[in-house]
Amino acid sequence: MDRFTRFTGLAAPLRRSNVDTDQIIPANFLKRVTKTGFEDALFYGWRQDPDFVLNRPEYQGASVLVAGSDFGTGSSREHAVWALRDFGFRAVLSPRFGDIFRGNSGKQGLLAGQVSEEDAERLWAAIEAQPGVGVTIDLVERVATLGDLSVPFDIDDYTRWRLIEGLDDIGLTLRDEPRITEFESRRESWRPKTLPVK
Amino acid sequence: MGKTLAEKVWDDHLVARGEDGAPDLLYIDLHLLHEVTSPQAFDGLRMAGRPVRRPDLTIATEDHNTPTLAIDRPIADLTSRTQIETLRRNAQEFGVRLHSLGDVEQGIVHVVGPQLGLTMPGITVVCGDSHTSTHGAFGAMAFGIGTSEVEHVLATQTLPLKPFKTMAVTVEGELRPGVTAKDIILAVIAQIGTGGGQGYVLEYRGSAIRSLSMEGRMTICNMSIEAGARAGMVAPDETTYGYLKGRPHAPEGADWDAAVEYWNTLATDDDAVFDAEIFLDANTLEPFVTWGTNPGQGASLSDSVPNPADIADANERAAAERALEYMDIAAGTPLKDIHVDAVFMGSCTNSRIEDLRAFASIIEGQTKAEGVRVMVVPGSARVRLQAEAEGLDKIITAFGAEWRFAGCSMCLGMNPDQLAPGERCASTSNRNFEGRQGKGGRTHLVSPLVAAATAIRGTLSSPWDLAQESASSAPVPSLQGGGR
Ligand code: SF4
Repeated sequence: MDRFTRFTGLAAPLRRSNVDTDQIIPANFLKRVTKTGFEDALFYGWRQDPDFVLNRPEYQGASVLVAGSDFGTGSSREHAVWALRDFGFRAVLSPRFGDIFRGNSGKQGLLAGQVSEEDAERLWAAIEAQPGVGVTIDLVERVATLGDLSVPFDIDDYTRWRLIEGLDDIGLTLRDEPRITEFESRRESWRPKTLPVK
Repeated sequence: MGKTLAEKVWDDHLVARGEDGAPDLLYIDLHLLHEVTSPQAFDGLRMAGRPVRRPDLTIATEDHNTPTLAIDRPIADLTSRTQIETLRRNAQEFGVRLHSLGDVEQGIVHVVGPQLGLTMPGITVVCGDSHTSTHGAFGAMAFGIGTSEVEHVLATQTLPLKPFKTMAVTVEGELRPGVTAKDIILAVIAQIGTGGGQGYVLEYRGSAIRSLSMEGRMTICNMSIEAGARAGMVAPDETTYGYLKGRPHAPEGADWDAAVEYWNTLATDDDAVFDAEIFLDANTLEPFVTWGTNPGQGASLSDSVPNPADIADANERAAAERALEYMDIAAGTPLKDIHVDAVFMGSCTNSRIEDLRAFASIIEGQTKAEGVRVMVVPGSARVRLQAEAEGLDKIITAFGAEWRFAGCSMCLGMNPDQLAPGERCASTSNRNFEGRQGKGGRTHLVSPLVAAATAIRGTLSSPWDLAQESASSAPVPSLQGGGR
């Protein structure tokens, strides 16, 4: 997982609240066997509409999504985070997130930052007033800046630390690698081994 | 204070104890894989450039999507075929041992592990499958995990986990002939409900559990998850050792002696305290079946379908009403009057050789009820071979039932074996959810003995009903086996 400290990218305003994971990625995409390549599935239903915000030329290549309240509620599918990430998003800002979605985001390196309702409105207005101007997300300071607008966002210390260090769950466990190896060195010989086939 | 079986196994696998509310890091002895929940885990490894840490503690088999007829032909369904081909590619790329369709060790993942002697007391077992609880029958700590956890175990051979609570499920007494392990667990779930075990490891204890075979114990532990529990366990004893000894991966010589010495220390200490306890009287237990759409909606076969109006809890009452509507049966109907269209004898709950023997012992020399489709699906290719060596396949086909190749089959609607909408099935599997066996299908969970008697009479029945029908005082047909 890449380390996340500070980056600047285009933002897209998603003026909708209660965007559940079914809308982020419909269930019929869950049959796939890969963990990547979900960019075409993101907001599949809405993207059939040429006027949908992500279809508009000025928001092509966006990497920050500013959404309404209660983003990522509903089914626990991790695919919702994969689809956002595959589409190119590195951060989502919203006044409130579904709990499981927020947890999944942190594990996959997607920043889910909480902003106030008013600041979400201000960001939307600023993005729409000056499309093409990048937003800077500073995770160290927990601030999003667009032109002269600066708004604070919230993220818990633990997730922030993990994002800054670039640690996914596995990376985190592997920091304990020496202890795993030490445990293995004491593992009794009667314990099962699947190889070689007798 | 002493420790429970579950606590002993847990503590012996601690790589690091979590501090300040952080989870413990637990070492995993055995990781089982199948085609449905592994593809994205392997893909995650590939993306991060990580290897499988311990291919020698990992084993894969194909089961959920595999057809049980014409297994030498390409799989017709595209999603199924892709999942299986993906597993084959991943196993090769990452050096994981895989038993594919057609291989003599292929079969349902929870049948294959014990059969190879890989499942043993005092180990930790995980699999991306909720019925991993099956392996707890050996005194192992075994539980299902999600796909990200599968990736985590592949990469690190460990899992960060918070300890489970413990519940003692004590079953005392002697089962009457015709009453089996399946009836015990269905009665336990009916007693504590499908959420009653949430957050717990259930330890099954008491004289009735002690007298069960390993197959019977596996049936019980298998369905622990249907009570909402993370895992089920039975302390190892001579029955466990007798089953294990001589299997391909069982320890040998000095290793065996050292293992048994350790395994003998695993039983729950007399002064250990469980977080919760429940009791069940085995002496009065009857053959048990489900009438609804969750495994907790069950009753003795001699009872009638309950009236939702009599259920005090509003949620449960609403669930019962909805279930009866889906199942298309009226409150008050005697369970024995319910006609079935199909009988499914199989799944990781009841597809081992002893289950097939029990089923065959009832149907031998009989003919199946007209219009009832009866499907017998062994849990593994080995079980199939063993059954054929014993001539069980002849009894099954002479009866008019279909004798299939190994797999999950009609336990879930993921392969060609499915119920048609509206069809009603007596099934030895573990889940009677709406549409589980095929869209619109209706499932009654039963033991192999009840499945056999039902296949003969066409209505939900137990061997007791057959004995009465024969109108003589002749003893009930051989009721050995069946997980007793
Ligand atoms: S037999 Fe049924 S419950 Fe068992 S692993 Fe297969 S699908 Fe799951």
